[in-house]
Amino acid sequence: MSSSVSITLNQCSRTFAGGTTALQPLDLQVNAGETLVLLGPSGCGKTTTLRIISGLESPDKGGQVLFGERDVTALPIEQRDVGMVFQNYALFPNMSVADNIAYGLKIQRLPRAEIAQRLDEVMRMVDLQGFGDRRIDALSGGQKQRVALARAIAVRPKVLLFVEPLAALDAKLRDRLRIEIGQLLRELGTTAVYVTHDQNEAMALGDRIAVMQAGRIAQLGTPQEIYHQPANAFVADFIGAVNCLDVISTRADGGLAVHGGELRASHLQGVSTVYCRPEDIQVVPLDQADIKGTVVQSIFLGQSQRLMVDTGNASPLQIEAPSRQQWPNGSAIGLALPSHVVFHPDKPTAPVDAKEAANG
Amino acid sequence: MTVATKQPSGAASYLSRPPAMAGPAQRKRLIVLLALLPALVIFCAFWLLPFSRLIMMGAEADPSSGISAYLTILTHRQYLISLATTVGLSLAVSLVAVAIAGVAGFFLARQRFFGKSILVAILTFPLAFPGVVVGFLVIMLGGRQGALAQTSLWLFGERWMFAYSLAGLFIGYLYFSIPRVITTVMAACDNLDQSLEEAARSLGANTWQVTKDVIIPGIAPALLSTGAICFATSMGAFGTAFTLGTRLSILPLNIYGEFTNNANFAMAAALSVVLGVITWMALSLARRLAGGNLGASV
Repeated sequence: MSSSVSITLNQCSRTFAGGTTALQPLDLQVNAGETLVLLGPSGCGKTTTLRIISGLESPDKGGQVLFGERDVTALPIEQRDVGMVFQNYALFPNMSVADNIAYGLKIQRLPRAEIAQRLDEVMRMVDLQGFGDRRIDALSGGQKQRVALARAIAVRPKVLLFVEPLAALDAKLRDRLRIEIGQLLRELGTTAVYVTHDQNEAMALGDRIAVMQAGRIAQLGTPQEIYHQPANAFVADFIGAVNCLDVISTRADGGLAVHGGELRASHLQGVSTVYCRPEDIQVVPLDQADIKGTVVQSIFLGQSQRLMVDTGNASPLQIEAPSRQQWPNGSAIGLALPSHVVFHPDKPTAPVDAKEAANG
Repeated sequence: MTVATKQPSGAASYLSRPPAMAGPAQRKRLIVLLALLPALVIFCAFWLLPFSRLIMMGAEADPSSGISAYLTILTHRQYLISLATTVGLSLAVSLVAVAIAGVAGFFLARQRFFGKSILVAILTFPLAFPGVVVGFLVIMLGGRQGALAQTSLWLFGERWMFAYSLAGLFIGYLYFSIPRVITTVMAACDNLDQSLEEAARSLGANTWQVTKDVIIPGIAPALLSTGAICFATSMGAFGTAFTLGTRLSILPLNIYGEFTNNANFAMAAALSVVLGVITWMALSLARRLAGGNLGASV
């Protein structure tokens, strides 16, 4: 619909008046039409990055923000042509739904007929037909966020910016709206930056994800890269759950001795810790196990259950096990960890062994 | 064994409980009524009796006109002018106070600078003064020996004065109204959701449009309520008016004059009722417009 534009940040840092550094010098490129998710815990600099892109905040001296080829560093937000969606909706309480959505169009002094036509169009896109005359306080949280979404896209901005837009909604609604936002972003093809601390949201919406930590980008990549090849222990731990296994010693044949058994992981020579995801560990008969341990706790999750297994490791291993089988506390359990599921951020991952995969 | 013998009697006393309960319940209600009696007596003595007496007194004949004092107010020019002057003055003071203090309050709420808390303390200082002191301050500024008179005498050879006119009252009233509005506006601005302004700006709104569409609607309830309180205070202000101008014809001075100089109790009562009704209407109108959150601050 609108010609999309790329976003480039060059050496953007942000230091607040008190001297705290919210953002270390940052280089970031958001491709035209792409949805980039900024993901991280609170205080990691993701919101500051977005506010610098929006123009609500300026980078420290030397930083540069480009939309396409155009340097917009000195432009305030009202001249940047961005659409913003906030966590608390930020709808104007003194205006109706239609007046909220049409606000930006009225500011642009578009002809009345065109405003009406665009209003109609975006209200259909966010499924709010017939709500035009409603008061804002007569809407549910989900409806409010749809109005905010419609208001942001009605002006056909060059860039769409989302600040934790689903954080205030309940789980069911959050899932539904997340899917709808994803569809909308694909339909519009507008370059979007989306801030969240929710990894599921990030995975579902991001073409790429930038995981941020302490004012820096810890890893930038596709959801698959972030999940399966985390750049460091922080990313591995922040995205999904991860087990850390202490390596006791390396055997001559390439095996790694860990608490409770031995791993065949010749690609991980010389590391002191190896990682693996709970869902990648298989429960097997004791005589086929790589590692043996004792179940200390099982947490029923509905579609699966999370077993805590004590192998002598510093922290018990978390294992995603089938939901219907039962492991009483104290029972012995055998675990298989194929070499391709065991990883270390500094080492390449092992190829999937066809035989092992078939056995699993 | 003991349990078995006790159970039937227990059940019997349970069955007979409802009629027996009526006694204590009635007694409880009586105790509540007795407990409320002092409050009721005080309400009658200090609210109901004086007000009904005041309202009835105003209906008595005015000695000069010979008709009911209420009708005298409505038919005699001097009283109507006094009424219009008081309402007009109070309205002007409220509007100007809200305009000046609205801008100042917004500025103070948003900006951080060295000495801000001291400035706010200085600005709210006039709240500590009674009306008579405010009147005195106006005389020092605009009276015969006031700063303005001294300056104009030195520059132009004549004394400029405003203290004993409506202008003096206006300045004096403004003086004690502005601090109230500033503190209210500052509190309202602190409660404004800044993301609303950010959203408006992202849609292209400039500073003036943000002010018009977001900030003013956001603090409108506070402006209305604080304006109404300014109006009510100015309508009834006595100390400042008494210090500045016994010649001025405004309602509080009229009431005092009729009461003490003329011993015209009917007219004093009628004027009091009119003053009270106008002020009460202004407050309740503002309360309705502001969405019912005025009650606490009145």
